[in-house]
Amino acid sequence: MALITCEKAVFAYEGRVVVDALDLAVERGEYLCIVGENGSGKSTLVKGLLGLISPVSGRVRYGDGLRRTEIGYLPQRTDVQNDFPASVWEVVSSGCRGRGPFLTRAMRQTAMENMALMDITGIRDQSFMRLSGGQQQRALLARALCATRSLLLLDEPVAGLDPVVTRELYEVIAMLHRKRGLTVVMISHDIGAALGYADRILHMAHGATFLGTPEAYRQSPLGMAFAGGEAHA
Amino acid sequence: MLEMLSTMFSYQFMVRALIVGVLVSLCAALLGVSLVLKRYSMIGDGLSHVGFGALAVATALGMAPMAVTIPVVVAAAFLLLRLSSTGRLKGDAAIAMISTGALAVGVIVLSLSTGMTSDVNNYLFGSMLAMSEGDVSLSVVLGAVVLTLFVLFYRRIFAVTFDETFARATGGHAEACNMLLALLTAVTIVLGMRVMGTMLISSLIIFPALTAMRVCRSFKSVTLCAAVVSVICFFVGLCASYLLSTAAGATVVVANILAFVIFAAAGRLRG
Repeated sequence: MALITCEKAVFAYEGRVVVDALDLAVERGEYLCIVGENGSGKSTLVKGLLGLISPVSGRVRYGDGLRRTEIGYLPQRTDVQNDFPASVWEVVSSGCRGRGPFLTRAMRQTAMENMALMDITGIRDQSFMRLSGGQQQRALLARALCATRSLLLLDEPVAGLDPVVTRELYEVIAMLHRKRGLTVVMISHDIGAALGYADRILHMAHGATFLGTPEAYRQSPLGMAFAGGEAHA
Repeated sequence: MLEMLSTMFSYQFMVRALIVGVLVSLCAALLGVSLVLKRYSMIGDGLSHVGFGALAVATALGMAPMAVTIPVVVAAAFLLLRLSSTGRLKGDAAIAMISTGALAVGVIVLSLSTGMTSDVNNYLFGSMLAMSEGDVSLSVVLGAVVLTLFVLFYRRIFAVTFDETFARATGGHAEACNMLLALLTAVTIVLGMRVMGTMLISSLIIFPALTAMRVCRSFKSVTLCAAVVSVICFFVGLCASYLLSTAAGATVVVANILAFVIFAAAGRLRG
């Protein structure tokens, strides 16, 4: 069974339907990219997948051992406060789930491992707000990893980053997908990268959507129009 | 110096003011870090005005002031939180409406019952003589409750303050945590109103957090620093007000302003 299944899910934002009757099954181990123009309902879908908003009709189901609260979520950079006094350690360890008031030994261990994985152990005690954009994303990815064992949901992870850092971050995400076997769902504006890394593409547009492999997307009228020459570059 | 202190605290009312004030400064500073970072600074101000209104009505009706004021202010805190989160009214506008409204009602009730006397002045700017033995015991109990809950929920409070969406997505019970913050803030405000006065109590929430943020860079250090600064400023302010015969609340605020200036300069130097 798929990790997340949307069955004819309809999501509305401020009373307006923005995701209409979406059928989608996120399979374990895949790398799914969601593309589409601004206002095409991508961010609303993210909220729906996270269970922060309920579908107006249809349903969202979690399966294969995934619970709603076990999704490793990387929010858009604009949603994270940049003038917040917090150390990298505080940010990363806040991803650890658990009932108790204090961090347990196991939670510390998880946080340390994920910091090592993201190569940010050396900046553990630095101030989050003083990090570069790329380092902040790594810290937030480490936090997301603390919250999940199986699924990462990334909302425009490279927005506003320079090309070198962007490439590094894509490689880190690809590494998590390949080596850790994490399922990745990524919202992206970067159609070139989406076609390069993803196993499947979901294109969201007003009503017309595409769901399939990058190859099929390149051949489709929608993909040709949206990706243009970029896909062949 | 020591002699001055011992004379000062030979007065019962000074001891009471010190106990309640230190507790309130501590609670307000801890909660203030989260409130300031969540852009909820003005909620404290709004709630204190609601507290003034409730206190005036309770006095006019001859009811126990704390017993009436605390539930009313807690209810107002939930209401303000609701209004800010549903977005039907802009948060700051909602706070301004409720706070001025409550202030107006309070003034009318007072002028109808006792007239505009020195009582009103005490409500507005605080009075150390206003506190009874019972007030002190209640303050100690409630202050201890606020501190305990803050420590127990510290991790949650950090998560919700830093990134509410992430906290909600990962089952952090963000709504409940916001409610808890509002509840603790409401109780702290009511306790502090007597010493600091309605007009000045919100400074205890805002100043220490901002002062600590000038030099500290992690949430934990900001929280601890704010708590220490707040208690020291209260103590210094209280002593100064005794020596200079100035209003206690206002003097504590001035001590906080001085601390802010010093920390801001230190922060500049550190770069």
